Amino acid sequence: MDQDQLTRQIIDALTSVAPEVEAGALDPEVSFRDQYEIDSVDFLNFVLRLEQELGVKIPEVDYPKLSSLKGCRSYLGRVLGG
Amino acid sequence: MDPVPISSDTHPTPCQGILTAARAGLAGLPGGKGLNIAHEAVDRHAEGTAGERAAIRCLIPGGGARTISYRALAGLTSRFANLLGRLDIGAGEVVATLLGRVPELYITALGAMKNRSLYCPLYSAFGPEPLRQRLGIGQVRLLVTTPEQYRRKVADLRKGLPGLRHVLLVGEGVSLPGCQSFDELLAQAPEGFAIPPTDAEDPALLHFTSGTTGPPKAAVHVHAAVLMHRLTGRLVLDIQRDDLFWCTADPGWVTGTVYGILAPLTLGATLLADPEPFDPERWYGVIQDQRVTVWYTSPTAIRMLMRLGVERVRRYDTRSLRSLASVGEPLNPEAVLWGQEAFGRPFHDTWWQTETGAILIANPATEPVRPGSMGRPLPGIEAAVVRRGEGGGLEIIETPNLPGELALRAGWPSMFRAYLGEPARYARSFVDGWYLSGDLVRRDAEGWYWFVGRADDLIKTSGHLIGPFEVENVLMEHPAVAEAGVIGKPDPIAMEVVKAFVVLKPGYAGDEVLRRQLLAHCRRRLGAVVAPKEIEFRPGLPRTRSGKILRRLLKAEELGLPPGDLSTLEPPLRNRE
Repeated sequence: MDQDQLTRQIIDALTSVAPEVEAGALDPEVSFRDQYEIDSVDFLNFVLRLEQELGVKIPEVDYPKLSSLKGCRSYLGRVLGG
Repeated sequence: MDPVPISSDTHPTPCQGILTAARAGLAGLPGGKGLNIAHEAVDRHAEGTAGERAAIRCLIPGGGARTISYRALAGLTSRFANLLGRLDIGAGEVVATLLGRVPELYITALGAMKNRSLYCPLYSAFGPEPLRQRLGIGQVRLLVTTPEQYRRKVADLRKGLPGLRHVLLVGEGVSLPGCQSFDELLAQAPEGFAIPPTDAEDPALLHFTSGTTGPPKAAVHVHAAVLMHRLTGRLVLDIQRDDLFWCTADPGWVTGTVYGILAPLTLGATLLADPEPFDPERWYGVIQDQRVTVWYTSPTAIRMLMRLGVERVRRYDTRSLRSLASVGEPLNPEAVLWGQEAFGRPFHDTWWQTETGAILIANPATEPVRPGSMGRPLPGIEAAVVRRGEGGGLEIIETPNLPGELALRAGWPSMFRAYLGEPARYARSFVDGWYLSGDLVRRDAEGWYWFVGRADDLIKTSGHLIGPFEVENVLMEHPAVAEAGVIGKPDPIAMEVVKAFVVLKPGYAGDEVLRRQLLAHCRRRLGAVVAPKEIEFRPGLPRTRSGKILRRLLKAEELGLPPGDLSTLEPPLRNRE
């Protein structure tokens, strides 16, 4: 999966839970929570959605690595690539 | 400057020994000028060398902390009281915050009470609609918030809220039309302020809570409540003078004020203020690095920590912890015991609600816990399990383990004294001298209480109480929606999540695109915590003959219970409203 495809999947998982998020305005460096109101249940649903869509298992300890778009890309890129 | 009207109510105050003893522990205003929460929480600890002790340790995002001593806090809150006077905000008028756990929150809350104004916290994750309602119903005169919150949610509401005379913004260098700088006004206000004579029955706090139907309710609490803040802080949470106390509740909810600010300060302890959101590893780091001794948190947070496992906890030194407690929704036995495994101490569950003003039923810190139980009534508190009779009277259920509604004998000091502007709704909360909590419980033969469910349709999610009506109304605003019914769907982490059943108008298709549109609409209007987490389209909704949505039937279907089993959900009570 290339980076663009992965980014689209991440954005789709995020907007499935929080559809008010405007993908174009999302700052990849800043955590989702600092840009939008994402509560802990939303974040959990987002991660579960990623697991389902990408067919990966994400251990709880790695959740903080998924807090921004950049973090998601780098973490998931590694998991899917390796 | 009309004072808050308190509906006349003459509940006798119970004269149990413990409350009398607790009363003796209060300082009272100097010169016998009455009782004021801010004096008990700040000024009484600010004199002499003891005044140099830390009242608040505010963590700074990214590292470091700002410590505010009791003496400094006394000065800052006096400045704020003077600031209010200069802005012509007087006794009985409402001052609100829409803030996280930042120093300005504490200064505003306590400074407002010094001025004998009412302090009203608002939840910063609320969207514009819940804020509009609460600012209006609460007749809020002055709001302290951040430029970002103001721009996103409040600015557009100003025209419809003529009573909101002042908005103060925290942070440097931001000026917006119609707002003033918190820092500048505070710096200009003098530090000397003597709290005017305050009657223990003068209103002090305004806390919003959701109703099953109708607008949110604004519960009024009086200065006398401080007796319970202090008593329960000591008796239930075991807060001592040298403790560093950490309450993780959001400051927008009643726990965030009563235990997040008042209880630890009335006991002269230091409270930890952490402005950042939940993050397990960071939390363990905070406990270790700050050496937290007493920790009051929520079942949702505990269950999320449990998912991460005990091994993570063991990487940190959490031995400073002496007392752990939980509030918000019932704590399952596994979570109670997980505390023992992870921190060497069980979590002690506590029960109270906005209207009770303080913990009334608990597993006290210094006693063995009963895992899964809410606990037992505190000394001086009379509780009962009741059923509302056909004639309107109450029947007290004496048989152990039979479910009924939890009732508290009216008259404890932190009991709410009014729903602002709604005397009839307030009166309906009491029957035969008992306050009816709306929670269904059972009491075992040994006197321990166990939570069974809600007697009404209110939704308990992540420690918050949400009224389905508010959510349904916002869904109905959308042009595609014909009808909406909202329930709490059981959830292993949050206890319940908000789920909406939606009937569409002809010509609309219930597809993924529309689901996302509706979800986005709700989240923008209501905020993430109140908006549904799940939306399901249906051809119709079950209703009573009079047209009320049968939310209980929706819930039964969601749980896969046959309609014949509905009796298990239908409480033996009449609807409260």
